[in-house]
Amino acid sequence: MFDLFSIVQQNWTLFLIGQYPHGPLGGLASTLILAALALLLAFPFGLLLALARVSPWTGLRWAVTVWVYVLRGIPLLMVIFWTYFLVPLLIGHNITGFVTMLCTLVIYQSAYLCEIIRGGIQALPAGQYEASRALGLGYLRTTIWVILPQALYNALPSLISQFISIIKETSLGYVINVQEVTFAANQVNNQLLTKPFQVFFILAIIYYLLCFGLTHLAGWVERRIARKRLGNGGTAVAADPLLAIDN
Amino acid sequence: MHPMIMFSKINKWYGEYHALTDITAEVKPGEVVVLCGPSGSGKSTLIRTVNRLEDIQKGQILFDGQDVHGTDAHINRLRSRVGFVFQSFNLFPHLSVLENITLAPTKIRSLKGSAAKQQAMQLLERVGLAHKAGAYPAQLSGGQQQRVAIARALAMEPPVMLFDEPTSALDPEMVGEVLSVMKGLAKDGMTMMCVTHEMNFAREVADTIWFMDAGQILEKSTPESFFNQPAHPRAQRFIADLRAH
Repeated sequence: MFDLFSIVQQNWTLFLIGQYPHGPLGGLASTLILAALALLLAFPFGLLLALARVSPWTGLRWAVTVWVYVLRGIPLLMVIFWTYFLVPLLIGHNITGFVTMLCTLVIYQSAYLCEIIRGGIQALPAGQYEASRALGLGYLRTTIWVILPQALYNALPSLISQFISIIKETSLGYVINVQEVTFAANQVNNQLLTKPFQVFFILAIIYYLLCFGLTHLAGWVERRIARKRLGNGGTAVAADPLLAIDN
Repeated sequence: MHPMIMFSKINKWYGEYHALTDITAEVKPGEVVVLCGPSGSGKSTLIRTVNRLEDIQKGQILFDGQDVHGTDAHINRLRSRVGFVFQSFNLFPHLSVLENITLAPTKIRSLKGSAAKQQAMQLLERVGLAHKAGAYPAQLSGGQQQRVAIARALAMEPPVMLFDEPTSALDPEMVGEVLSVMKGLAKDGMTMMCVTHEMNFAREVADTIWFMDAGQILEKSTPESFFNQPAHPRAQRFIADLRAH
């Protein structure tokens, strides 16, 4: 137990920011940036894929379906290697491990997010879509103002699971030398040599706290919305004039 | 004065099933038409063709002179001029009562927030729910939800209102409040088509009753003649069954 504290005490900058400012930014900071960027980019991309997947245009639906099925059928590690070796060939110059990992996560995770959001959209009663269209709102306005706010809210638990996956999958950047917290932990381990259990236990705690924080944030948002919709007792229950006339 | 809605030789199939057969009829401005008939006779399907929630395969529907199913129809503009009230209310659960009503006016007519709100409050006043403006649909009873749905449909100031069994999903004690709102609309001169099983409402409010069975309109008559001396044998049987209960 004492080991844990002394390891953290002696290596906290490495865990936190890697070799920065003497080398590239790494450690937890890099993990957080990578995860946040991946999340921010993968979500809108997944949203667009989901909209394409339920769109009225057959060709588009078909293309996105193929895209999703292919990506879901391949291990992430393979996509990482592919991006790592293929993209430099395609664009003619090297890209950093960080960018490679970011692109891979966005591409890979958007396929999963697409399916989660599609599930949320298709689980809505058809009456919601009909009611909006009957008011004269077009396809786009109906999607933005009626369908998505409900679908995304309903899909929130699954979305959060997927976001947590993204955080954890940044650790796979290790295999292409992305300077992030797993990489940092490994550096620490290589220095100490005799304490792998303690070092990787610290790493596990870091990931756990990160994911736990996100879960809690999501739970808080979810409860807030639910409370708003069910009413917080703020609306007065006044006599209903029409009922009074009828009875 | 040209008719508000004109059906000419409407035909609709669901696969092999012939849902509507040669429907020819018209609704005059200010007229209240009640569609009745047994379940599955095509009443709901017929009113859903008016704002193209259902397609038709043959025939023509003119709404205020415009071909509803024509390829050049401005479907969204047309739909905003036809109020539609569903059996299952279909309020938007993520929006407050007020926001449910202001959604279409603010997004379609780009009405300013304050003006839209003012109009929504007037509509809520009209359906007796001004005190529920800030509530969410989940906090309302069925009857209240349906009255909000009527207010929402009125927000685009449509010249025509369509009601698809508006009281069928309600507990009996809530039917009255919805019907009284509808009676108010009829009295104000709104053109209406209502599918309903509320025969007292039909008798009291309808100008014309269309009796449908098996996808056809078998009889069009005034409430008095429909309820007292129906002409078609199928309508006679329908009325006799009503009396038996």
